[in-house]
Amino acid sequence: MRQFYGTELANGFMLGTALYPSPAILEQAFRQSGASVATVSLRRESGQAREGQDFWGIIRELGVHVLPNTAGCHTVKEAVTTAHMAREVFGTKWIKLEVIGDQDTLQPDVFALVEAARILAEDGFEVFPYTTDDLVVADKLLHAGCEVLMPWGAPIGSGLGLNNIYALRSMRAHFPDVPLVVDAGLGLPSQAAAAMELGYDAVLLNTAVAKAGDPVGMACAFAKAVEAGTLAATADPMEPRDMAAPSTPLIGKAFLS
Amino acid sequence: MSQVTIIGAGVAGLTIAREVLDRSLKVTLIDRYEGIGPHQCSWWAGGMLAPFCEGESAEEPVVRLGAGAAAWWQKHSGSVTQAGSLVVSPARDRADMRRFARRTTEFREIGAEEIAKLEPDLAGRFSNGLLFETEAHLAPREALQKLRAGLIKDGATFEVGEADPDQLTGLVVDTRGFAAKPALPDLRGVKGEMLILKCDDVSLSRPVRLLHPRIPLYVVPRGDGIFMLGATMIESSASAHPTARAMLELLSAAYALNPAFGEAEVLEIGVDSRPAFADNLPRIRRQGNIIRANGLYRHGFLLSPALARMVADVITKDEQPEFYDAA
Repeated sequence: MRQFYGTELANGFMLGTALYPSPAILEQAFRQSGASVATVSLRRESGQAREGQDFWGIIRELGVHVLPNTAGCHTVKEAVTTAHMAREVFGTKWIKLEVIGDQDTLQPDVFALVEAARILAEDGFEVFPYTTDDLVVADKLLHAGCEVLMPWGAPIGSGLGLNNIYALRSMRAHFPDVPLVVDAGLGLPSQAAAAMELGYDAVLLNTAVAKAGDPVGMACAFAKAVEAGTLAATADPMEPRDMAAPSTPLIGKAFLS
Repeated sequence: MSQVTIIGAGVAGLTIAREVLDRSLKVTLIDRYEGIGPHQCSWWAGGMLAPFCEGESAEEPVVRLGAGAAAWWQKHSGSVTQAGSLVVSPARDRADMRRFARRTTEFREIGAEEIAKLEPDLAGRFSNGLLFETEAHLAPREALQKLRAGLIKDGATFEVGEADPDQLTGLVVDTRGFAAKPALPDLRGVKGEMLILKCDDVSLSRPVRLLHPRIPLYVVPRGDGIFMLGATMIESSASAHPTARAMLELLSAAYALNPAFGEAEVLEIGVDSRPAFADNLPRIRRQGNIIRANGLYRHGFLLSPALARMVADVITKDEQPEFYDAA
């Protein structure tokens, strides 16, 4: 399994911590699903550092890797400042870098993203950039110092799944040694399984679980899907073919005219 | 006659005082401030008595126990309006409406024509909605004033001052909200920001909820062209200042509901931190002579009558009611 900045994760299920009906349900979703990474927003959720500490304490007590994010940041400066605050609050070099370029679609501003990634990587951060599926941008992020890439499946919160399988497959093929995470846009466990089947190392999602009628049940469903997809990817899936291929020989048919 | 001292004269303290007084006990309320005012969370409340709408994301007891709130408040404050609540969504967020409908009960789906009839100022703006006919709303400040006046009339004593529950003798009920955090370490704050507008161009007869994946809004009519817009939900105990983002988002959502809100006068901007436990349900905890009732979260008016009844049961019947937390 590919490592994330030298850390091997128990599984490829990364789960967000926003939008749950209550912290108690959030905690159960993590405990019962076994998700290995919790992302947490400093900017959107908690305002200033001191006053958000009760909620952050709940996240810390989950006992999973914490991946703070810069959700809600629109500029390089905002993202860099938020990353520094995150490092202080959670004592981790990990930062999920999100620089939003459009308030409506929440599409990443890839130009600002590359710039912020360079600044943070030089400052010792281990950057997980939320990006599009563009290969050139991906390459620039790697040059900026990122050792992980997090392309979107679909726009944040849309639940549309893997919008461009071809692009995601290309990214896997172009960067065979880079840990890749499908981040954003997943709505159903089957989509998470499909991402893992493509050879991705993890999926990251939030709304699909937090806004489900039963968030704990949905978190468990995603965990199973991630596990299934991971197993499938390493089990060398069969090649699809155009014609039916009977699994037993056809006896008694002399001609297939 | 036994004597009960209640610390905190917000929505929790006042409702508990009423229930305790009605069981023939003597009541003294102590608060840092005189009367009803902006120092209280409940001053900034929306005042929606909407248990079924809250069921969209709240635990089951909120729906069941909240159902009796309107009758309680009508009896003790006479300031309840029984006009239901209306849920609408912009066309592009129809999926959120379907989800809301799946997660709630006691509503009727209505179309553009009925929306226009119920709320003429929303005519032509929304093609479908959910009408929760049995829900109600009240004006929180007026309701608190009347509840307080009734308590004074029936012999409750109000004192102004700092009170430390540990220094008091006799039975003490601590309802201080987030100020009781040192004694309730698992209490957290959930920041809420709201606005009060005056807008003579819009008239609404009932609370309206506008669904949106990121910026849900509710508007509660207070009469005389006054509206309360709320409310953000941020995991933070900050309560000093509202953020510019919160104001932008609330006002944008109100503008989406009806652009005439753009011309409204902003009368007040409110911010406070709701005291809440991990499951967002209230708790009653007893420690010797001190009973702590806290964690009403965003359900101050909705759940305080039930919480008050339970506190009174703890005092007079020595029972362990639903919200009693033995741990």
